[in-house]
Amino acid sequence: MTRLPLLVRLAWRNLWRHPLRTSLILFAFVLGVWSIVVLAAYGRGAMEQQIEQSIRNLTAHIQIHAPGYRDDPVIDHRLPPPGPSLRAVLAEPQVSAWAARVRVPAVVASERESAGVTLIGIEPARERGLSFIAEAVHDGRYLESDDDPGLLLGRKLAERLETGLGRRVVVMSQDVHNQIADRGFRVVGIFDGSPEAMETGYLFVGRATLQQMLKLGDDVSEIAIMTQARKLPADLVGRFRQATPENDVQSWTALEPLLELTEELSDRLLMIWSLVIFTAMSFGLVNTLLMAVFERIREFGLFQALGMPPRLILGMVLVESVILLLLALVVGNLLAGATLWSLKGGIDLSAFAEGMEMFGYSPIIYPMLTTADFVTANALVFTLGVLACLYPAWRAARYVPVEAITRI
Amino acid sequence: MEPTVVCSGVSKIYQQEAVAVHALTDIDLEIPKKDFACLSGPSGSGKSTLLNLIGGLDAPTRGEIRVDGIALNTLDKGALAQLRLRRIGFVFQAYNLIPVLTARENIEFVMQLQGVPAKERTDKAMEIIQEVGLDGLENRRPGELSGGQQQRVAVARAIVSEPSLVLADEPTANLDSKTAQALMELLVHMNTEHNVTFIFSTHDKLVMDFSRRLIKLHDGRIVEDVRRE
Repeated sequence: MTRLPLLVRLAWRNLWRHPLRTSLILFAFVLGVWSIVVLAAYGRGAMEQQIEQSIRNLTAHIQIHAPGYRDDPVIDHRLPPPGPSLRAVLAEPQVSAWAARVRVPAVVASERESAGVTLIGIEPARERGLSFIAEAVHDGRYLESDDDPGLLLGRKLAERLETGLGRRVVVMSQDVHNQIADRGFRVVGIFDGSPEAMETGYLFVGRATLQQMLKLGDDVSEIAIMTQARKLPADLVGRFRQATPENDVQSWTALEPLLELTEELSDRLLMIWSLVIFTAMSFGLVNTLLMAVFERIREFGLFQALGMPPRLILGMVLVESVILLLLALVVGNLLAGATLWSLKGGIDLSAFAEGMEMFGYSPIIYPMLTTADFVTANALVFTLGVLACLYPAWRAARYVPVEAITRI
Repeated sequence: MEPTVVCSGVSKIYQQEAVAVHALTDIDLEIPKKDFACLSGPSGSGKSTLLNLIGGLDAPTRGEIRVDGIALNTLDKGALAQLRLRRIGFVFQAYNLIPVLTARENIEFVMQLQGVPAKERTDKAMEIIQEVGLDGLENRRPGELSGGQQQRVAVARAIVSEPSLVLADEPTANLDSKTAQALMELLVHMNTEHNVTFIFSTHDKLVMDFSRRLIKLHDGRIVEDVRRE
């Protein structure tokens, strides 16, 4: 360690013997680090938005259904309102919000058009903080109570049905006696949703109103639960299952397996991208260091003649690469930070909105740099960079002094 | 008193494709402490090879070399580097200095490898800089020094850590006669004042004139070994 200042001084000055060459490789590395960090933040932001959006779009973190409901979501597969043991778990501090919903297939008809939809009876107060609907009503008003007689309609569906705020629509579904149940509702609110299917596929009414229409009594179709964090405590789902063993309790990862898969895939793609970028960069780095080593063969011979052990020569070349890597990481991260700061208002990809929404992405992506992604990107570049430099360093250390010194 | 260098039956054969080139053949040589010896001979006579073998920069094909009683063939690369660091100083004919270090840093280089504390090595370096007449040039890099000044820095570096042996390969080859004269006077001074053993390899008559012992080589063999007092 006492030789480290000497190695650092030698390495630093050696790097700047060819300022243009060093600047070019530094620029390439800065660009690489910048792209890895910015793309990591973009990918993470897009992924997080997709997952959070899906969770806020009615999935929540945990759902409880009657057995068979998930395969056939009809009124026959219903469950009673939460009993005392289930309410005890719902009252735990890990649960941030929950609501019981009635959710059935239905047909909605205006005076001009009709459409198949999913009709959802909600508890308006409980849905705040649980799903998107409370914040999504931009025209008209949100539902005021469980027995509100009004209906919330998606903007696109309203266009398709050629109806609007204040107009009446008729909703038809099947009641508990397998009879057609229908009722007229006045459209009290128009909501916006993303993806577009949320606007075209769902109607929201008061839960008590819907229970009455379908002669459900107090029964519901599902209980949606939001917890303090997306990563569920290991035993929480188990406790819900214990509390209501006759019903089907599932976490969001089981309800939306594609989301979890997409998240894993996104992580892997990010890693592959980082490796591709890094591999391209490492060729430049290894080439630069090899050139620097070949140019200084005689010098390495001199170092050995003066008594510098081979391990210190190896160390000196490695320190050169470490300095280069650290400089690139500092500048690259600062640039990436500045880029992400300038994009904090989101990256507007509305030009590709249709395609984005098809994959469940919002047209505005908010980049999100997590500590884990930041550390992973930096550790990857640094570790692989040092590994790539081992070869030139090893070459430098293994020259036979007399051969190195006598080389012209 | 044990000699600084003892060569016993030293031979060096280079294999160049199918041809074996005998660079040195059965060299027996003793260099006592404080000697000021010169290896001379025509190109290809083996003088630089012998110097490199004594310095542990290369290994003999046969025979044994001892420096300060230590048999070089018993040492690995790391131990040889340590031996050179502690006991041997080198002066080469050119490309002698580390280009990215200043004159003072070049002189301090060996001491820094030895782990000498910063204050001590700076004091020693400044002292030797004055002694070799480079006062005021200590912060210049090699590219900013003349050939003679560079050789003075190399000499200062070779002796600053007080090795028992300095090996100088054609030290005056790139110098004009006046600078070469001054350099040799400096080396004689170092030899007498610092008790350092010097071995030169040279073609230069000036160096031979300064030497107290003249060892002539021809075709890898010692053909003459004359001491002049």
